[in-house]
Amino acid sequence: MTTASGQKGGQFLAQGLPRLEAVVIPIGALLTGALIFSGFLLALGKSPAEFFALIYKAGFSSPFSWQNTLSRVAPLLFAGLCVALPARLGLVVIGGEGAIVLGGLMAAITAGLMLGTPSWLGLPLMALAGAAMGGLWIAAIGWLRIKRGVNETIASLLMAYIAIAVMNHLVEGPFRDPASLNKPSTAPLPEALRVGDMPIGIDVHWGFAFGVLACVLSWLLIDRSTIGFAARIAGDNIRAAQVQGLPVGKLILGFTALGGACAGLAGFFEVTAIHGAANASLVAGYGYTGILVAFLARHNPLAIIPVATLLAGIEASSGLIQRRMDLPDATILVFEGIVFVVLLLSETLYGKIPLFKHGFWSKP
Amino acid sequence: MKPTHSLTRRHFLNRMAAFGGTALASTLLPHAAKAGGDLTVGFIYVGPKDDFGYNQAHAEGAAAVKAMAGVKVIEEENVAETVDVQNTMESMINFDGASLLFPTSFGYFDPHILEVAPKYPDVRFQHAAGLWSADLHPMNVGSYFGYIGMGQYLNGITAGHASKTKKIGFVAAKPIPQVLLNINSFLLGARSVDPEITCQVIFTGEWSLAVKEAEATNALADQGCDVITCHVDGPKVVMETAAGRGAYICGYHANQSPLAPEKYLTGAEWNWAGVYTGMVQTVLDGGSIDNFVRGGLADGFIKMSPLGPAVSDAARNQFEATKAEIMKGGFAAIKGPLKDNAGNVIAAEGEAFVESDIALESMSYLVEGVIGSTS
Amino acid sequence: MSSSADIGIWGVPLAILGGAIRVSTPFLFVSLGECLTERSGRINLGLEGTLIFGAMAGYAIAYESGSAWFGVLAAALAGALFGLFHGWICRFKGVNDIAIGIAMMLLGMGLAFFFGKPYIQPVAPDLPAISFGWWSENPQLRAALQINALFLLGVGLAIFLHWMFRATRIGLTIRVVGDSTDAARAIGLNPNRVRLLSTAAGGALAGIGGAYLSLYYPGSWNEGISSGQGLMAVALVIFARWNPIYCLWAALLFGGAGALGPALQSVGVTSGYYLFFAAPYVLTLGLLILASSPDKALEGAPGELSITK
Repeated sequence: MTTASGQKGGQFLAQGLPRLEAVVIPIGALLTGALIFSGFLLALGKSPAEFFALIYKAGFSSPFSWQNTLSRVAPLLFAGLCVALPARLGLVVIGGEGAIVLGGLMAAITAGLMLGTPSWLGLPLMALAGAAMGGLWIAAIGWLRIKRGVNETIASLLMAYIAIAVMNHLVEGPFRDPASLNKPSTAPLPEALRVGDMPIGIDVHWGFAFGVLACVLSWLLIDRSTIGFAARIAGDNIRAAQVQGLPVGKLILGFTALGGACAGLAGFFEVTAIHGAANASLVAGYGYTGILVAFLARHNPLAIIPVATLLAGIEASSGLIQRRMDLPDATILVFEGIVFVVLLLSETLYGKIPLFKHGFWSKP
Repeated sequence: MKPTHSLTRRHFLNRMAAFGGTALASTLLPHAAKAGGDLTVGFIYVGPKDDFGYNQAHAEGAAAVKAMAGVKVIEEENVAETVDVQNTMESMINFDGASLLFPTSFGYFDPHILEVAPKYPDVRFQHAAGLWSADLHPMNVGSYFGYIGMGQYLNGITAGHASKTKKIGFVAAKPIPQVLLNINSFLLGARSVDPEITCQVIFTGEWSLAVKEAEATNALADQGCDVITCHVDGPKVVMETAAGRGAYICGYHANQSPLAPEKYLTGAEWNWAGVYTGMVQTVLDGGSIDNFVRGGLADGFIKMSPLGPAVSDAARNQFEATKAEIMKGGFAAIKGPLKDNAGNVIAAEGEAFVESDIALESMSYLVEGVIGSTS
Repeated sequence: MSSSADIGIWGVPLAILGGAIRVSTPFLFVSLGECLTERSGRINLGLEGTLIFGAMAGYAIAYESGSAWFGVLAAALAGALFGLFHGWICRFKGVNDIAIGIAMMLLGMGLAFFFGKPYIQPVAPDLPAISFGWWSENPQLRAALQINALFLLGVGLAIFLHWMFRATRIGLTIRVVGDSTDAARAIGLNPNRVRLLSTAAGGALAGIGGAYLSLYYPGSWNEGISSGQGLMAVALVIFARWNPIYCLWAALLFGGAGALGPALQSVGVTSGYYLFFAAPYVLTLGLLILASSPDKALEGAPGELSITK
């Protein structure tokens, strides 16, 4: 009996401790980052208490604050997945911005070809077009990696610049709506091809729900499927994976394509739910915030949901902090930078804190 | 991607409106009480408010409003033309009790102001440069702008006199109506001095991109342009680079003469201080601002920088005479006979587009003598 | 009237020459800095942040002190501090140098924008240029040959670094550490210290690159001062095969490519300018694809470098 309960306890510890560690260390890092940032504010003669109170007020205190926060989350969820999915294979893709921009453009162009199409048909096709475009764009980076050994980090970044140039060229040239006078845009989407808000009493569009769904599905893929398992092995050691006969090339193509498709969907939702057309406003930097989201979530798709929400809330408070504390808008950037650095630094703690070691608990 | 067919965003808004206006806003939201009956006015800028350009011009207007009694001014800079600006507007209304907003970038209008304004019928949204129309847009939205093309026409007159190479240059962000009108006016002003003058235009493609603006300015100087002006958000780089290459400069948006006083001829500046204080006073007095406001030199919407030391007497005389002419109202820079630079007739003999002509706000051509293309 | 020479189409090669010299300097400094860091076996993707912070710090100090050279010095010091910080963090086990680079980029930009607000307006002194075009009557050529001292310094530095890697003890030390941590330890070197110093020196160079942006060309501080030069320089090092002399050629190529768009417009090639503006990125990507190879590690690549493993 003692052995049975001992085994059970051991199993519990073996599974639970790493999970606990994976929660406690990032939260600790977040708090440490906030503490360092508080020192920065104090050195400038500003009140950290006021700073964090304003974040709470603007981002999380009331239905309006939640609207303020949640209406920014959707693109961050998708952009975070665009980094997190390839990261499972050890790839650092930082050019999701390009896939967002081109995905949005492609969705708008598709809509232009389907005037008069009902929502139930038109919207899925637009989403498909956006996802396909984004998927192809990032998969091309995976392909270059497999075929030519081109470093994906730098290639994705260069491709993002190219994507933005292509979008600008098309929006101001061949696909410009002549009626878009001072802000060159594609033709406005018909009302039937606009995605609206969710019926939850605050103005948050459906992109949020689909973003959460994408995170959950990605988690199932990575954590609960054999493909995800294979990807993790390949991510740990490509050579070992090849020796075991895993199709590393296909995995890289598949995961970059999926990540890119997510980014493309972010562009689709920006176009259909926010802008109503594709234009230069698609270049909003979500792709770059997505990098931060994915790393803070340690590339765990489920963790992307709270992390993206937290970051959106912090960014939602930027304006209020600018107005109330007389701090520049870059304050949030400094805060994010500090938290990011501390969090990455905390990676070194995994496996080193006795509290999370099995031996700490099992010894008498 | 199944949308809520029955409850799209606009349906939802309409329903809300029918439900008694700001049902949500007044019951669920922390609608901040206006402090002591003060009027809170919010200004929103797309870039830094000290950019020597577009945003600075608006911020100078905001500074004038700040000095008014009974008014509280709140500002936010670097607000993107995305859901960001929607949130900023709502945040200013809900957290600071703002009831008059000046979202100053063109791109804030559609869809962002049009999305937020119906939710807050008691708040007035004053937008720079938008084409408000009673049929399409909410009544609590207004648009205002100035005939700054006239300022570029006057710039052109000083440029025409100063140019020795008979080539003048224009660094432009994007080929949009506002910018095209400025380029055309600049050249036509110069051609009123000497019809042989040509104007080279280079588009940088972005509203703010320092290295590209400097390279464009250098390319213009290489082609022999000896007077240069621009239409980008922050003209600082163009002005400094052009003056560094020995070219004369004409300012835009704000006064850039401190950057190169010897080379600065004059500049077309916004004069938002008078406009903004006037509008705020109207609200304080309980009146309502017109939904569609336009004005020029005569109305104090724009002004010219003081003429620089390099401006000759002949230039000064023509500048002052033309300015007096413009001050009378009804001046036309775009008048027949005039062709565009592809040879199409823009205005026949005797035909003229006066400064207030709304057709000018959808300009899509470059006039004959401008070297460049709109696509 | 040769001074107003109508050079027409010749403006394009001239602009590319002038642009190559004007625009290349930040690329040159950042890529030399990155080259030095990568040779020691570490990659610092955060040099974009360092560049921007250097631009701000250089401008601010030049304005406050009245001397542009003090500004350059301050930018170099600030860059070295960023480098030291990066190097220090990366010595911890389990820390990913690429990710730290991205984080440092964010932090550098944030701090630069934060402290740079009051310096957007003031006019700081410019770095002086030396005129190498005195022999020519042609004003355009003379303008193109207005060469900044930092560019010359950069050229000298490229040659120096090349010599250093080949012929000096320091250079050898860096190379050994870069090629194999174990081998370096075996001969009594401290890899972490070598990398720390290499990253710091690399950061200092990137800071100087930033100071060139704000103090010479385009010569003012604002939040849009960099258009990704710091990131592009990292790509540039790869196809320069970690060779400082090749870094110089690559930087010149880039400067020239950047000048292509405006120059073409000025001679009447007016459509598709966005695509011309993307030329440097397309060029980099193309060269990167050509320079890479799927089968073997890149020729000249330091063995310990995470991006080529």
